Amino acid sequence: MSPDTLELVTESLWPLVRGAITGTIPLALVSFALGLVIALVIALMRLSRRRWLSAPARAYVSVVRGTPLLVQLFVIFFGLPSVGVVIDPWPSAVVAFSVNVGGYAAEVIRAAILSVPKGQWEAAHMVGMSHGVALRRIILPQAARVSVPPLSNTFISLVKDTSLASVILVTELFREAQQIAAFSREFMVLYVEAAAIYWVICLVLSAAQGRLEQRLDRYVAR
Amino acid sequence: MSPGDHDVLEPPGGHAPPGGTGEPVLVVEGLGKRFGDHEVLRSVDLRVNRGQVLALIGPSGSGKTTALRCLNGLERPDTGTVRVGSDVAVDFATGASRTQVAALRDRSAMVFQHYNLFPHKTVLENVLEGPVVVQRRPRAEVTAEALELLARVGLAEKRDAYPFELSGGQQQRVGIVRALALRPTLLLFDEPTSALDPELVGDVLGLIKELADEGWTMVIVTHELQFAREVAHEVVFIDEGAVVERGHPDQVLRAPHEERTRQFVQRLLHPF
Repeated sequence: MSPDTLELVTESLWPLVRGAITGTIPLALVSFALGLVIALVIALMRLSRRRWLSAPARAYVSVVRGTPLLVQLFVIFFGLPSVGVVIDPWPSAVVAFSVNVGGYAAEVIRAAILSVPKGQWEAAHMVGMSHGVALRRIILPQAARVSVPPLSNTFISLVKDTSLASVILVTELFREAQQIAAFSREFMVLYVEAAAIYWVICLVLSAAQGRLEQRLDRYVAR
Repeated sequence: MSPGDHDVLEPPGGHAPPGGTGEPVLVVEGLGKRFGDHEVLRSVDLRVNRGQVLALIGPSGSGKTTALRCLNGLERPDTGTVRVGSDVAVDFATGASRTQVAALRDRSAMVFQHYNLFPHKTVLENVLEGPVVVQRRPRAEVTAEALELLARVGLAEKRDAYPFELSGGQQQRVGIVRALALRPTLLLFDEPTSALDPELVGDVLGLIKELADEGWTMVIVTHELQFAREVAHEVVFIDEGAVVERGHPDQVLRAPHEERTRQFVQRLLHPF
């Protein structure tokens, strides 16, 4: 590595990390949290025996999973203003990512709920619990453990997908890299550096997933 | 238990005299259920007096477990009425409401073949869940009672263990304590020892016999004929969804009137 390159890397490191801290990470966290709420609602709707609840949930999942995230982002940021709905870049990104995570995570949560043995529902009903109480106190805690690995996958994908927000001018890690690269003309250096930072974030997340799985291990019926 | 101790294992309404009283606790009439073309239950009638033990026996797939599960609404029969105590009566033919099924569940407690303990809760939490969360009784009072019950079944020191740390026999004893802590009028057992290792069966059967001797009213689905003969006041043999024969255990199990009962008992007593 030439001295010039080294200097560029060290000088651009802080702007990129700052982009991760103020853009990428909060964007991923907020979108994931909202996405999980959407996912839980959609999953419960899909599991309902009432068609007027399950049919819209099925349609939601189908549309979200059947269209590209980048297109969803464009519809919200560039499309909605033409029907009078103007949303700023940051909230637009949050909406798009939440809706997207909601669709994928809904399927994970639905499968996790179905994976809890039927006997757990029966025991909960036997002690007198209603459907809602049984779900909250008995079923969901066990489903949570089952869904940690697939939901971690969803979250790690989301962290990387936040780079798409750069195209609607949200200041985050990748947009910082693009701007410095355009200015310095050192595309290779900046983009590899950005990739490295994404990778480090995902390494930390994988380690956190392992610890969470260990902690929740007793939640599984054996 | 030393004299003077409050007996939390005591059934509601106190001990019934051996053999029970004439007062019916459970009256089931015309229980019927079909899955598609398959008739699982055909007009099953059952009656259990206070302090009595009813044993349901029959081949697997005969409908005995389904009949038991209808008693607390885990299974919805298509027809028939279930009365528990003097105040709860549910007519399933006219469509049982959620409140009615809840009332039915409130009166009974079930012990499952596969224990079905809550794996994410400790032994004590498993026992408290119903009385504290659902019945809203004071936690301190229920905890004291639960610990006494756990001590009675020899599991006091396991109060903070998780189910996966227990043997099958221990898990089933927790299952029984969980049922007792609900203070039910009626105890339901669904093949309580079928999933246990043979050397652990005795402990659990012994505990159930103790409860029977103390005057709990129970319905037990079981394949343990010797146990049924010792504990039950009445044995009902069910096959293909219908009651084939019922009567005193000695009669049904030793001198059955019906050919089908005789064959079934023979096969269980002499498997080869």
